[in-house]
Amino acid sequence: MAYKDEQLHEEKVFKDPVHRYVHVKDRVIWDLIAAPEFQRLRRIKQLGTTNITFHGAEHSRFNHSLGVYEIVRRIITNFEGRPHWNSEERLLCLCAALLHDLGHGPFSHSFEKVFKLDHEYFTQQIILGDTKVNAILERVAKGFAQDVSDVIAKTYKDKLVVSLISSQIDADRMDYLQRDTYFTGVSYGHFDMERILRVMRPMEDQVVIKYTGMHAVEDYIMSRYQMYWQVYFHPVTRSAEVILSKILHRAKVLYEDSNYTFKLEPTHFLSFFTGHVKLQDYLKLDEGIVSYYFQLWQEEEDDILSDLCERFTNRRLFKYIEFNPNLQMNEWMELHRLFMNAGIDPDYYLVVDSSSDLPYDFYRPGEEEERLPIHLLMPNGELRELSRQSEIVESISGKKRTDHKLYFPIDLIEKIEDSTVKKRVEEILSGQGEVKNAN
Amino acid sequence: MLTNHAKLMQFFSVANEVTGRKKLQKMIYILQKCGMPFEEKYEFHFYGPYSEELTLRVEELCNLGFIHEEKEDKINYYQYHYTITNDGEEFLHQFAMDMPDFSSQVEAMKGKSSRFLELVATMLYFDGLSTEENIAKVHTVKPKQKYTNEEIQAAHAFIEGLKQ
Repeated sequence: MAYKDEQLHEEKVFKDPVHRYVHVKDRVIWDLIAAPEFQRLRRIKQLGTTNITFHGAEHSRFNHSLGVYEIVRRIITNFEGRPHWNSEERLLCLCAALLHDLGHGPFSHSFEKVFKLDHEYFTQQIILGDTKVNAILERVAKGFAQDVSDVIAKTYKDKLVVSLISSQIDADRMDYLQRDTYFTGVSYGHFDMERILRVMRPMEDQVVIKYTGMHAVEDYIMSRYQMYWQVYFHPVTRSAEVILSKILHRAKVLYEDSNYTFKLEPTHFLSFFTGHVKLQDYLKLDEGIVSYYFQLWQEEEDDILSDLCERFTNRRLFKYIEFNPNLQMNEWMELHRLFMNAGIDPDYYLVVDSSSDLPYDFYRPGEEEERLPIHLLMPNGELRELSRQSEIVESISGKKRTDHKLYFPIDLIEKIEDSTVKKRVEEILSGQGEVKNAN
Repeated sequence: MLTNHAKLMQFFSVANEVTGRKKLQKMIYILQKCGMPFEEKYEFHFYGPYSEELTLRVEELCNLGFIHEEKEDKINYYQYHYTITNDGEEFLHQFAMDMPDFSSQVEAMKGKSSRFLELVATMLYFDGLSTEENIAKVHTVKPKQKYTNEEIQAAHAFIEGLKQ
């Protein structure tokens, strides 16, 4: 029997708190899960620093990847025999679902911003490079690894296959919303996934929703909206993320300073500092390694690096206030100057963080041909964009809500020796609304 | 970080007016590919390179009153027009920045349709491929657009012109 068709003698199941069971029968899928590049995902948390706010959020990208695979498996089981569905694409869909996050690194959002990296690039590198995953995929068929890579990169010829993994109502989102809800312990992200799976229909180049399922999709959109504001954009998590980014930035600056020598050479970070990150270097870095360095760097000679690492490790976060760059630009610039006068480097300790700095998106129908919206399949066979049919979705997607916060270390401000400077800093910060604890 | 907002304000100041979100998306992407320091992260979406970060950042600029957005109902869809406001000009004035001059590229793009800019952006997205592979990829990912050889040649010439 060809490797691509090979089935396990007995179906394997993974117990899963979200989907109850993840079912694996294909030998290829079983082998991919066992590959070291996939096992590495166990050591990378799905939500990065969110566990600082929601202590239960310790789940990994491994959990999520298995969940996305399981959802796609269920969707395509429902698709069997329907028009537009090509069952030849089954294994490709399953592999792409399983591997879609393979290139994520530890705290990947901050790493990507500071070191100008792209996890999607590394996903492609792992799938197409000299790796165990590549060897398994190429054993399926020559060029199969490239097809999997193209599906994940959204450049595969069959858009229906792409839309299962990546669209405004895809397996990726359906898994992470439910999984993040479960592990954070919040009650916002619940929706009836079984119902949505039953009303999904394959079309020529996208998955659409049978009109009778509109209310289930409304619930999904509402869950998404609430999760963004209550979990993903949580100001305390953002405080930790701000400090994390500043640690990475500071470490890079020190490395580039020929007068500074780290007590222990940061071997695992060297290629990130120089901007020549090789795949093998990338694969070696996980959250355990990063935490180890943050512990070490607390003992560094550089006050800023050691202070930021101590804050991150011991959850001594920055405080924050709401900030409007239009109305408060002058105050912000004055604060900048005052911080410098007080010997507090504003590049590290006075940070504006905006909702656009976060890696999450809302449902937006968008302009024509800007991005693919969710389409309802109406009884007469027409497709209608969701927000044109649902008043609930229209009210959410039409509302433009954005958010800017100013983060700063209140403990350092309290220690400012020049009383005039200190008084003015406190005046400005208190004049811009309540100072909130990131605790 | 406000630097990225300021860079976009610089773009709106140079462009004066931009019609269409799709066109805006492709213009910023093309400028990025020309080496301009816009930092919005792009991914390939159904209709070519698209940046969610850019969408949200423009929303923020509108909410702050730096950019004026006008929504036009085109029956089956909406079209959006963007112009910089006085507050936006003031913000830009305060936020001193050193950006390369990209006015000639913006001027060249403003006169082109969003369909054409989508083709240009898509060709640039696959610029690591050879010319033949690049054209084949464009047809693979955009079969419905049915780009003609003339359009592809024009896009190729346009890209060459941008680089000069």
